[in-house]
Amino acid sequence: MKSLRWEEEQQEKGPPSRKHIQWAAILITAVFLVLFFRLWQLQVLESETFERLSEKNRIRLRRIPFPRGIVMDKRGHVVADNRASFNLMVVPAEVENPPSTMRRLAMGVQLDSQSSASLVSQARKKAPFRSMVLKEGLKWEEVAWVETNRLDLPGVWVEVEPRRYYPEGPKAAHVLGYVGEIPEELLRAWKGKGYRVGDRVGRSGIERALESYLRGRDGGLQVEVDAKGRQLSVLQEVSFQPGADVVLTLDMRLQEVAEEALGDRTGAVVAGDPKTGAIFAMVSHPSFDPNLFSEGISHETWRSLAESKDHPLTNRALMAQYPPGSTYKIVTAVAALEEGIITKDTPIYCPGHYTVGNRDYRCMKKEGHGWIKFREAIIQSCDVYFYHLGHLLGVDRLARYARGFGLGSPTGFDPDQEKPGLIPTSAWKRKRFGAPWHAGETVVAAIGQGYDLVTPIQQFVMISAVANGGEVIIPQIVERVTGPDGRVLYSFEPRSQGRVPASPPTLRLLRESLRGVVQDPRGTGQRARIQGVDVAGKTGTAQVIRISERIRERKVAVPYKFRDHAWFVCFAPVEEPRIAVAVIVEHGGLGGMEAAPIAQKVIQAFLQMQRS
Amino acid sequence: MGGEVLRPNRFLRDAWPLLVLVAFLGTVGVVSLYSAAGGEETWSRLPIYLKQGLFLGLGLLIGALVALIDYRRWLDYAWIIYGVCVLLLVAVLVIGKATSGSQRWLNLGPITLQPSELAKWALLLAIARHFQSNETAQGYYTLRDVIKPLAAVGLVALLVVLEPDLGTTILTMLISLSIMIAAGLRIRSLLKVLGVGLLCLPVAWRVLADYQKKRIMTFLDPQQDPLGAGYHVTQSKIAVGSGGLFGKGYLQGTQSQLHFLPEHHTDFAFSVWAEEWGFVGCILLLGAFLLLLFYGLTVASRATDPIARLIALGVVAFFFWPVSINVAMTLGLVPVVGVALPFISYGGSSLVTSMMALGLLLNVHTRRFLF
Repeated sequence: MKSLRWEEEQQEKGPPSRKHIQWAAILITAVFLVLFFRLWQLQVLESETFERLSEKNRIRLRRIPFPRGIVMDKRGHVVADNRASFNLMVVPAEVENPPSTMRRLAMGVQLDSQSSASLVSQARKKAPFRSMVLKEGLKWEEVAWVETNRLDLPGVWVEVEPRRYYPEGPKAAHVLGYVGEIPEELLRAWKGKGYRVGDRVGRSGIERALESYLRGRDGGLQVEVDAKGRQLSVLQEVSFQPGADVVLTLDMRLQEVAEEALGDRTGAVVAGDPKTGAIFAMVSHPSFDPNLFSEGISHETWRSLAESKDHPLTNRALMAQYPPGSTYKIVTAVAALEEGIITKDTPIYCPGHYTVGNRDYRCMKKEGHGWIKFREAIIQSCDVYFYHLGHLLGVDRLARYARGFGLGSPTGFDPDQEKPGLIPTSAWKRKRFGAPWHAGETVVAAIGQGYDLVTPIQQFVMISAVANGGEVIIPQIVERVTGPDGRVLYSFEPRSQGRVPASPPTLRLLRESLRGVVQDPRGTGQRARIQGVDVAGKTGTAQVIRISERIRERKVAVPYKFRDHAWFVCFAPVEEPRIAVAVIVEHGGLGGMEAAPIAQKVIQAFLQMQRS
Repeated sequence: MGGEVLRPNRFLRDAWPLLVLVAFLGTVGVVSLYSAAGGEETWSRLPIYLKQGLFLGLGLLIGALVALIDYRRWLDYAWIIYGVCVLLLVAVLVIGKATSGSQRWLNLGPITLQPSELAKWALLLAIARHFQSNETAQGYYTLRDVIKPLAAVGLVALLVVLEPDLGTTILTMLISLSIMIAAGLRIRSLLKVLGVGLLCLPVAWRVLADYQKKRIMTFLDPQQDPLGAGYHVTQSKIAVGSGGLFGKGYLQGTQSQLHFLPEHHTDFAFSVWAEEWGFVGCILLLGAFLLLLFYGLTVASRATDPIARLIALGVVAFFFWPVSINVAMTLGLVPVVGVALPFISYGGSSLVTSMMALGLLLNVHTRRFLF
């Protein structure tokens, strides 16, 4: 009792006093009474009104899908666009009787009423008010039918979605790539970037590499609907944000020329600016129609594309690895000159074959070239001359120069899709096969046979380095990315991998010799000749298997899959190069016969377009 | 002073009413979050409700720590703690993590910290400390006596409004002014403070950078909100009202399950609860808060040390303002400002700071005889 009095005295002594606490109690009680009363009002007195609002007069959120950024070639010609596509949507809870509604739907829309009905019934339990897609890509007459019969189809509506459309179909399909539903592994990898199941994303080419630019943001619509799901009014609209537009360095007209020049043959063409690395045309044949993917590709079509022996989905320019054949003599020549093994005037005798150990390696000219020097050896592509150089250089020195030209590793054009190729060294062979390197293998490597593998885009980089004076460029194909607000988000800038380990005189001599390949009457690449313009190039014929002399002499038709690959790499004009081209024709035979004319057509068209 | 040994059995006896209330409120919070955002994962791949549960555990530990160290010791360090909070608030503005247009969080490895929550707690201590060391002879304080704590509150409010977090700014000011009034600041003086504050507004506005002004404008002008603040309130009222007497049942709330409710796991967490558990559930939940507030008043009235009384009343204010503003907001009684409902809204910093406030309450209660 005493202590309580003492407490009270204390309370009177200094603030906070008893009065403060009492006022606090009154304030708290009053506010909570207001809250209780309000709750009573909302939840008891007016609950029926709100229940009706929440049950019948629902507000629906509808997605407004964004259009993907547009892709244009360098002249502004649209190569990847969007077209309206119609999706049949359903809000499961609003479908009164799924089986009968689906049967009615099946009268005007092609769909399996039974499986659709069970789908809707299932969704009713899980997410009754979430709109779901019943069918994608409705035809016009189906859309019209649904719209006219809307009153009998509660809960059903049609969503308009921009779908990727490639006006040029299979042209440049490998460059552009395609879009498809996001696979599960990407969904996981890109968690937090706002992707949802069913979203369409770029799966290859530009579509994939520039996904973050091309993607926009969905908008949304709040609509008030009645009990049958019919739209009464739009309450709020948040507009979508389109993706950024992309301009390529690609020229569709040149692309067309290159595709036509290659024709039905399997192979690849890469053409571009040897100084900046800007790609003008990139062909890979056979191709595919990327529109198949935007429409939702069927399983069979997908399998037939993916499992086809021709590999139409593979971008051969980046992913196909071939022996470089005689085009590789460019590397051997530079290595020999730089290492001081020869000068341009060192004569070497070619009897038509070269012996290492107990094996003979043939020259392409059976009867031999006789005494031959640097320029002639390049022009006539004398194998024995380069066997000799290779033998003197050794494989590891040769490999160093090949790597210096950018061969044997991805160029940086598209790290996700490029293959590295292969430049063998003695260390590599020991590791891979556990065996020492043989002199005979060096001889073969010096003319680009054996283990050597390169991709067409690497060949483009290699010949560009010769053309531009030694800069190993990184090829690029994006000129500009422009946001929806018109801001430039990215613009082209030349990039380099480094420099070729070669002096200017060496490269000048090489360019002069390569000019002879095309311009000299004895050159192997005369078919690339263009009137009024000097072209420099190198042919290559990459052996698939060693074909015995007898088959050749009897002129028995070699089966297609054993025929040689035809290469041609070139640039023009020699003095002031504006275009470099790499061509491969799989199983085409002689490079000078098959590949050179294709490059010639591309260069001619390019120079003509520049003039006009 | 403060050297007496705390007897464990008394500490536990004093702690149990608070523990029961925390257990109830914490459970409501986790259960409600599971319903509101069951499937949603945070960036750390933990479901939101589990994360809230973890923070509840962490909060219990920290709250106990706060309760165990004598409150007079806490008061000794009040200004240092305050200084740390100010540094953190500055850090948020400089290197903080931005979410939907405002910058409120600090990334600390696996967790993100919202220093503005901690600052409210630190201010409570700092203001109490001020009155502890400036006793008054006449029994009340005038404006001149509270310039220091007012400046302290003003600095925090400025830093928080720059984030911008209008809700927390308002809360910080309401709680701090409540404590000053409880300490004996006269209402007449308070009105003067408010007058001066209003006069300062245009000056402060000029100091702000353009983007900060824009952020605040967006906050003040609901028309600039693309979805419209009015829509949020309507949806919230529909959720609460359609709950009826007994609610739609757990996980059955269509308003929240169908995402009609905005911010359904933070600002509108009460609406989720109201829709699924109805009037009865709301009375229970608000009843629990009411019990908590009155328990705080009881602690205040039993305390013999005036500063202990002040702290207890401060804790009452610490909970009274957010609870009443948040609930009134979801019921459409006051405009929508982002104020979280303690224990129920998702947020680790808010939860832990709430437990720290309860820790202070237990602290002064269990030391009522030691003075």
